[in-house]
Amino acid sequence: MPALLETIAAIGLVSCFALLGTSRIGACIRWLSLQGIVIGLVPLLAHDGGFGLRVLLLACGNIALKGVIFPLILLRLRARTDYHREVEPFVGFVASVLFGIVALAVSLWLALALQPALRHAPFLMLEAAIFLVSIGLFIIISRRKALMQVIGYLILENGIFVFAVITVVTTPLLVELGVLLDAFVAVFVMGIAVFHINREFGSIDVDQLTALRG
Amino acid sequence: MSATGLHWFLSPLCALLLAPLLPGLINRTKALVAGRRGPPLLQPYRDALKSLRRGAVYGAATSPLFRLGPVVNLAALAASLLVLPFAGIGAPVGFAGDLIVLAGLLALGRFATMLAALDTGSSFEGMGASREAHFAALAEPALLLALATLVRVTGAVSLTPIYAAIGIATWAHTLPTLALVALTFVVLELVENSRIPVDDPNTHLELTMIHEVMVLDHSGPDLAFIQYAAALKLWVLGALFVGLVVPLHGGSLWLDGAAALLGMAGLAVGIGMVEAAMARYRLVHVPQFIVGAATLSAVAFIVYLA
Repeated sequence: MPALLETIAAIGLVSCFALLGTSRIGACIRWLSLQGIVIGLVPLLAHDGGFGLRVLLLACGNIALKGVIFPLILLRLRARTDYHREVEPFVGFVASVLFGIVALAVSLWLALALQPALRHAPFLMLEAAIFLVSIGLFIIISRRKALMQVIGYLILENGIFVFAVITVVTTPLLVELGVLLDAFVAVFVMGIAVFHINREFGSIDVDQLTALRG
Repeated sequence: MSATGLHWFLSPLCALLLAPLLPGLINRTKALVAGRRGPPLLQPYRDALKSLRRGAVYGAATSPLFRLGPVVNLAALAASLLVLPFAGIGAPVGFAGDLIVLAGLLALGRFATMLAALDTGSSFEGMGASREAHFAALAEPALLLALATLVRVTGAVSLTPIYAAIGIATWAHTLPTLALVALTFVVLELVENSRIPVDDPNTHLELTMIHEVMVLDHSGPDLAFIQYAAALKLWVLGALFVGLVVPLHGGSLWLDGAAALLGMAGLAVGIGMVEAAMARYRLVHVPQFIVGAATLSAVAFIVYLA
């Protein structure tokens, strides 16, 4: 179903741009949730015919974790730390969106370079995967609030997940579930860390962590 | 000339006659949603006729440029109707690259309005012109990118064949691309016509307005020209959107025309709903909104490339 995959890729790309251009952390979390849900659908569509229990389980696990549980954890964390906006990011919002366009062009080029090696991978999803990884990294380095770093990590994770699903034909279920569990634990730990940073420093501004220097 | 048979004049004629209905419809929707009765649908026509009967007042400090502004603006928009296809009826004039002419004519009209505003020497109007220039500089790439995407999707380089080539089958093939382009057109319709999330067309007193502040010094027939040109602009950008989302070419002129007109009316009602539901963005957020639109069309372009 190439048209459906294309639509998913387009939603993924647009959600990245929304994440780059939004200052409200709540809105970012909701976009992330949407992204998690549509990306969770990729395993169902990526391989023709492979509609077995394994794929179904993987998709359900992904949608449940990335579409529902992670956003809930993050929303709860946001309520507890009481920071609702990314006020002054290191890179402004318009500049971030412009970076996104450049990153899109670069990932198009990278995907073109990679395609000969990965013939069976749908091209647009390949590009979207590279784009998600780059945007995740960019959000991690360009935002001040520790919550946004967690969001950036999850975008990165989404990108790696898409890349794995479309390039590797069969990954053992155990490995996939292990990766999901890793992500879950990571978000959990990061949530606790952000909470403690907030309690210790009175803010979740990562720039203030330099005060730790001896 | 494109071969469109006997009905070549229908598309501009429709626009010239029906365009002022769009602001009327928008205002009526807004009023109804707010629980008021609202002005009659034909109010824009009456306003224009009233203004036409009046004399114009020109400031002592203004030069002939000031008088030229509204005329050039109206002329540019009327000329843009000549390359605009509507409802499966081709445009009267079609040639390779006429989409760039369309963008150029829109820019020319805007340029004339801005010059006239600067010519008054009022700092207030100069500020409006500066904002218009700023936002237009961001909106134009979005328009050109959206049109370029349509060129790539259809393989045609003239507006009439482009819109003739878009059908239900095209939508099924390239759903995400066309949906993103349609979204871009909606944003552009709001930005270029100074509708609500960008500018409030009803204010005359605020420091943050854009379009209305540029035309404060115009009166009489000039004001009528400006309002009529604004309605035409609403029509032109609306037709680009409606041609995309109502891609019906059933062959029957009347049915296609009715569908497209319904689409236009739906668009006007939609804009009215948006205006009733949303507040204007803070001025610093407007560029973000427009860059977002440009991004949508860039994504559409790249998604189709892939």
